[in-house]
Amino acid sequence: MADIVLDKVSKRFPDGTTAVQDVDLEIADGEFVILVGPSGCGKSTTLNMIAGLEDISSGELRIAGERVNDKAPRDRDIAMVFQSYALYPNMTVRENMAFPLRLAKMDKETINQKVEEAAKVLELTALLDRKPANLSGGQRQRVAMGRAIVRQPKAFLMDEPLSNLDAKLRVQMRTVVSRLQKQLGTTTVYVTHDQTEAMTLGDRVVIMRGGAVQQVGPPQELYDHPRNLFVAGFIGSPSMNFLHAKVEEGRLRTALGDVPIGERVRRELEAGDAPRELILGVRPEHFEDAALIDDETRARGVEFEAPVDIVESMGSDKYVYFTVEGERATAAELEELAADAGAADFAGAGSNLVTRLSAESPVREGENRRVWFNLEKIHLFDPGSGRNLTLHEGRSAGALAD
Amino acid sequence: MAVETTTRAKLRWGVLDVVVVVFALVPVLWIASLSFKTPATLTDGKFWPREWTLENYRTIFDTDQFVRALINSIGIALIATAIAVVLGTMAAYAISRLDFPGKKLLVGVSLLIAMFPQVSLVSPLFEIERQLGLFDTWPGLILPYITFALPLAIYTLSAFFKQIPWDLEKAAKMDGATQGQAFRRVIAPLAAPGVFTTAILVFIFCWNDFLFAITLTSTERSRTVPVALQFFTGESQFEDPTGAICAAAVVITVPIILFVLFFQRRIVSGLTSGAVKG
Ligand SMILES: Nc1ncnc2c1ncn2[C@@H]1O[C@H](COP(=O)(O)OP(=O)(O)OP(=O)(O)O)[C@@H](O)[C@H]1O
Ligand SMILES: [Mg+2]
Repeated sequence: MADIVLDKVSKRFPDGTTAVQDVDLEIADGEFVILVGPSGCGKSTTLNMIAGLEDISSGELRIAGERVNDKAPRDRDIAMVFQSYALYPNMTVRENMAFPLRLAKMDKETINQKVEEAAKVLELTALLDRKPANLSGGQRQRVAMGRAIVRQPKAFLMDEPLSNLDAKLRVQMRTVVSRLQKQLGTTTVYVTHDQTEAMTLGDRVVIMRGGAVQQVGPPQELYDHPRNLFVAGFIGSPSMNFLHAKVEEGRLRTALGDVPIGERVRRELEAGDAPRELILGVRPEHFEDAALIDDETRARGVEFEAPVDIVESMGSDKYVYFTVEGERATAAELEELAADAGAADFAGAGSNLVTRLSAESPVREGENRRVWFNLEKIHLFDPGSGRNLTLHEGRSAGALAD
Repeated sequence: MAVETTTRAKLRWGVLDVVVVVFALVPVLWIASLSFKTPATLTDGKFWPREWTLENYRTIFDTDQFVRALINSIGIALIATAIAVVLGTMAAYAISRLDFPGKKLLVGVSLLIAMFPQVSLVSPLFEIERQLGLFDTWPGLILPYITFALPLAIYTLSAFFKQIPWDLEKAAKMDGATQGQAFRRVIAPLAAPGVFTTAILVFIFCWNDFLFAITLTSTERSRTVPVALQFFTGESQFEDPTGAICAAAVVITVPIILFVLFFQRRIVSGLTSGAVKG
């Protein structure tokens, strides 16, 4: 067990690609850290550098306080679980799990005992003498985990370990991973593409984009206080709604009507290089049917009316899709996010508004509906730099804060 | 409908198989049959010998010439195969695993060697080997055999290496293996079928070669069987050596059959399935 520190770690491939750039990250002993980001953002490369499978171009990597840049993977005492499982096909499950122990030259007795123990934890005891070819996907996955935990390494690295499983099995294995990590208390770095895994598994989440870290923090903090447009759009499903907003006469002109701004945002906008056009971000759950709120709540937001496109009733609440007129929000980040999610899934920047209203709302498809949204929860972004202007000392206080 | 197609398809394939096998085997069987005939019945045109004899076999094993050639053949082919397969394995591993400058060139050149007409090399090689004192020695044949077998070996082996998921090697390294251990304990067992296939191909190539063997040898010291057969005379000058030559031909196909049968089992065992999500 150990802490892992990345100190300005970069990776440049021989062909000139900079896959990872100046990543600073401190992972505490026993912590469960998730790396997320769109495809090609350098998650695997970062993980491989920690593992020692890729050289570090510059910067320093320390495990348990010791610089390990030049150490071979075998000398770092780290276990890794691969997306492809990478089980040795010529060995049985038992031999697969015993392999790291045999390489460590342990005696037969100890090896057997440790393998049996790990097999019991992962419910593999009945399968110990099978070959990987005769296992199901979920079982192979567990063998891969078993091979990682038998030798009690300093840390676990996992690169999208569940992405080859079907949806149901993934949910099941997610709890296995979570339970295992808590039980063993081993430092873990986990790469994923999956929103739910990112939000539920880790103590902290690292969001990467184009090789650089965007924000690090507990999942809830990233959700509530995104530092920039990219983080705001990446975290959350369905994603945050983004709208074009123009600064005029101390107010914001948006497709949802005029939005007043508080002192703090005004000061931000008075700076010389401040943008005149902004992007307004609202999460679906911060909308509400205007007919259902009391006056006190009403005062904290503004209302608008728009035609209802689709109503999806989830039982506990309703997802209601509106069409809004007006200029689209445009920014490089939004295009990137849309490309990664597949345009259909990322409604964020379109003229579609995704809202989550109370189940009691009598909203019907085709009608015009009055909807309220909470100004204390909205975010304002600079389309150029992507910076969240409503963020103050790491906290987002909405548009009205003084 | 499915049942009907399978029985009919089976029948069709069965007939086709029989035709091919008969076509391929008749000459071989004929030679085998000739080798058991007595000189008197040799030319009777009967497929099945009327009088069986082992005289021809006795004759060839009594002559020093043949035994010596057999030893040469086995020795030269085995050594050339071993060297070509070891070098080929290393080269193919590097080609499929590493990105190094000049990789494309290396592959291209080795292809070029494989395509080069051997006939055009025979006289220069003859001159070179005479100058170097390699003429009519084992190395004199082993070297050209390796040269021509190597591209073949590299090609077949790199195809096999490409099929092995490299995640396995990374996994082995993470599990605490050195590069050597990862290769020996994880990659090599998976590559074994490829290595054996290549060994068979290379061995057959060396074993069957006639062109180099006849130009680069002059005495029994290094003459291999295919060549020795041409110099075969019976016990006396006046005897017809046909029966003996046939017996020798049968004898030299035996090692190949054994070689193939021996390695075939390994080829079927050890497949890569189950290594990664499939
Ligand atoms: N060997 C290499 N040579 C050159 N560029 C590479 C190499 N390996 C990866 N890259 C590039 O580095 C970047 C980061 O790759 P990486 O595999 O770390 O992405 P990732 O975040 O794991 O993506 P994914 O979610 O698709 O697995 C990509 O742009 C990729 O094209
Ligand atoms: Mg990856």
